[in-house]
Amino acid sequence: MKVSYRGNAISQTANTAIHAIFIVIGLSCVVPLLLVIAVSFSDEQTIAANGYRFLPEKLSLDAYRYLWQEGRTILNAYAVTIFTTVVGTVLSLAVISTFAYPLTRKDFSYRKLFLFLVVFTLLFNGGLVPWYLVTTQVLHLKNNIWALIVPHLFNGWYVMIMKTYFQTTIPDPVLESAKIDGAGEFRTFLTIVLPLSLPGLATIGLFSAIVFWNDWWLPLMLITNDKLLNMQYLMYKALSFADYLSNASGQNYGSIMQLSPPALTFRMALAVVGIGPIVLAYPFFQKYFVQGLTVGAVKG
Amino acid sequence: MTRLARLYKNGALLVMTLPGLLLLLALHYLPIGGILIAFKNYSLSGGSFFRNFANSPWIGFDNFEFFLNTPDAFIITRNTILYNLVFIFLGTAISVFLAVAFNELRNRRMAKIYQTTILLPYFLSWIAVSYLFFGFLSADKGILNQLVFEPLGHEGVDWYNRSVYWPYILVFANVWKYAGYNCIIYLAAIIGIDNDYYEAAALDGASKWQQIRHITIPSLSTVITLLVLLGIGRMFFADFGLFYQVPMNSGAIFDVTNVIDTFVYRALINSGDIGMSSAASTFQAFVGFILVVLSNWIVKRIDSEKAIF
Repeated sequence: MKVSYRGNAISQTANTAIHAIFIVIGLSCVVPLLLVIAVSFSDEQTIAANGYRFLPEKLSLDAYRYLWQEGRTILNAYAVTIFTTVVGTVLSLAVISTFAYPLTRKDFSYRKLFLFLVVFTLLFNGGLVPWYLVTTQVLHLKNNIWALIVPHLFNGWYVMIMKTYFQTTIPDPVLESAKIDGAGEFRTFLTIVLPLSLPGLATIGLFSAIVFWNDWWLPLMLITNDKLLNMQYLMYKALSFADYLSNASGQNYGSIMQLSPPALTFRMALAVVGIGPIVLAYPFFQKYFVQGLTVGAVKG
Repeated sequence: MTRLARLYKNGALLVMTLPGLLLLLALHYLPIGGILIAFKNYSLSGGSFFRNFANSPWIGFDNFEFFLNTPDAFIITRNTILYNLVFIFLGTAISVFLAVAFNELRNRRMAKIYQTTILLPYFLSWIAVSYLFFGFLSADKGILNQLVFEPLGHEGVDWYNRSVYWPYILVFANVWKYAGYNCIIYLAAIIGIDNDYYEAAALDGASKWQQIRHITIPSLSTVITLLVLLGIGRMFFADFGLFYQVPMNSGAIFDVTNVIDTFVYRALINSGDIGMSSAASTFQAFVGFILVVLSNWIVKRIDSEKAIF
C-alpha cells in the first residue's frame, strides 16, 4: 500500500500515540494465535492444573502425537478441504467469467435480462429454509462432495466485479478486429479476453479460494457423513464436543472423538494444523488481496 | 428479427452463460419460489420436494402468527437490529479513525507490519476465531480468569453462561475481525485525495488536525455514507458465524446471542420445525428487501454509480 508523502508531518507525540495504538491492535490480532500454539505444545497435566499460559510451563508433544495417531481422519479432512478449494475455485472462475463476459457485450440481446437476474439476487433471496429444502431435496446436494462446492459456485458480487473488470480492460476495437479476422465467440473469449484479464481472474480466484478454504457453513448444513468433513468442520466438532473429549462418556461423534485425552492440548493442536496454512500463506497473498480490494472499491 | 433468429444470432454467447444461468435458477430462483412453503403446512415425510409441496395444505398466515406470538420473535429482531446498528456506527468510526491515523505514519516498514497484522483476523474463519476467544474466555482454563481475575482476588467468570458480557464480546469480535478490512477501503479513498489540498492548507498555516477535519474527513464523507447505507440495507441479516460460533452455541446466553439467522437455523435443523423457521426466514427476506431497496434508493440519490441497481 502506497503511503503518499505529505510535506507537513504530524507532531512527535501524535506519531508516538499512533504507533502505540497500532501496536496494541496488532498484538490483539497476533497474541491469541500465539496462545493457541503455546497451549498445543504444552503438557496436558500442567494445563489441566494451571490453565492456559502464553509460555508453556512444561513442553510436550503429546497433543501432536495423538494428532499423528488420528492422522487418517485429519488427512481425510485436509483432502476434502483441498479438493473443494481447488475444484471449487476453478469451476467458479469458469462459471463467473463465462457469465460475466456476455454481460459486457452491447450486441448481446439478453444482456439487460441477465443483468437483472444477477442484480436481483443481490437484493433478495428466498431465505434459508427454501434454500435448504431445494438444495437437499431437489438438487440432492446432501452428504456428497458436490454439496461442498456447487452452492458457492455462482456469486453475484463476483460476477459484477468481473464484468466491470472486462469492461475496463478490454477495448471494443480488440473484439471487433478479432471478429473481422474470423475468430468465433469462444475463440475470442479463450484467446483474447481471458489472457487480457488474468489479474482480474486472479483476484476473484483468490477471494473464492478463501471462501472454500474457510467454509464450515456448507458442512454444517449439508454433511452428516464423517468421511466428508473438511478441516474447518472438524475443528468445529472438536471444540463443540469439548465435554465429550474431557469426560469420554458421550455418544459416538465419529472417530476423532474416540480419542482418550490429552483433550485440552489436542484441541489446540488441531486448531494449529487447521489455521496454520492460511496464516502461513497470508503474507504471500496479502498484497494481491489488497490490490484486488482497492481496484474493486475504486471501480465500484 | 424473429425470436428464433435472435436466439441464433446470440447462440454462442447464450451457450456461454448456460452454466451460470442454470446455477442461478436452481440455487436462487427456485428457492424464491419456495417461499410459498411459509404459507403451507409443509411436512418433510417422504416423496420429492414438489410432491410434498403439492400435498401439503395451504394455511395462510398461520405460521407467521405462530412465529410472531413467540417471545423469541421480539428478542431475535431486537438483537439483530441493535447489534447491526452498533457494528455499523462503531465499526465505521473505528475504521475511519484507523485509516486516517495509518495515513499519517511516516515509517513505511512499521506501517506495512501494522497493516499485515490488523488485516489477519479477516482471513480467519469464525471457527478459528471461536478457538482464539475460547483461549481467553474458557471458565476454568482461560487467560482472563487464570491470569487476570483470579490473581487480582476476583472470582473467575463463567463467561459462556453469563449474558451480561456478551453484547460487549460480540461487538469486540466483530470490530476486531473487520476493522482491518474496512480500514483498507477508507485508506484507498484517502490516498486518492489530491495532495495539493494539503500543501495549500499547510502553506496557509493549517495544523495537521485542521487538515484532517477540513480536508480528509469531508473527502471521505461520500464513501462513509455509502458504506453506512449499505450496512443499513443489510440490517436485518446477521453474521451467522459470529452469533453461533463465537458464543459456542451456549443456550444460557441465547437472550443476547440469538439473532434471526441463528433462530431460523435452530428451528430448522435442531427442531425440524419447517413452519416456524420458514415464517421467520420469509419475514427476514421481505423486511430485509424493503431495507435494501430503501437504502439503495438513497445511495442512488447521492452517487448513482455506487448504487447496486
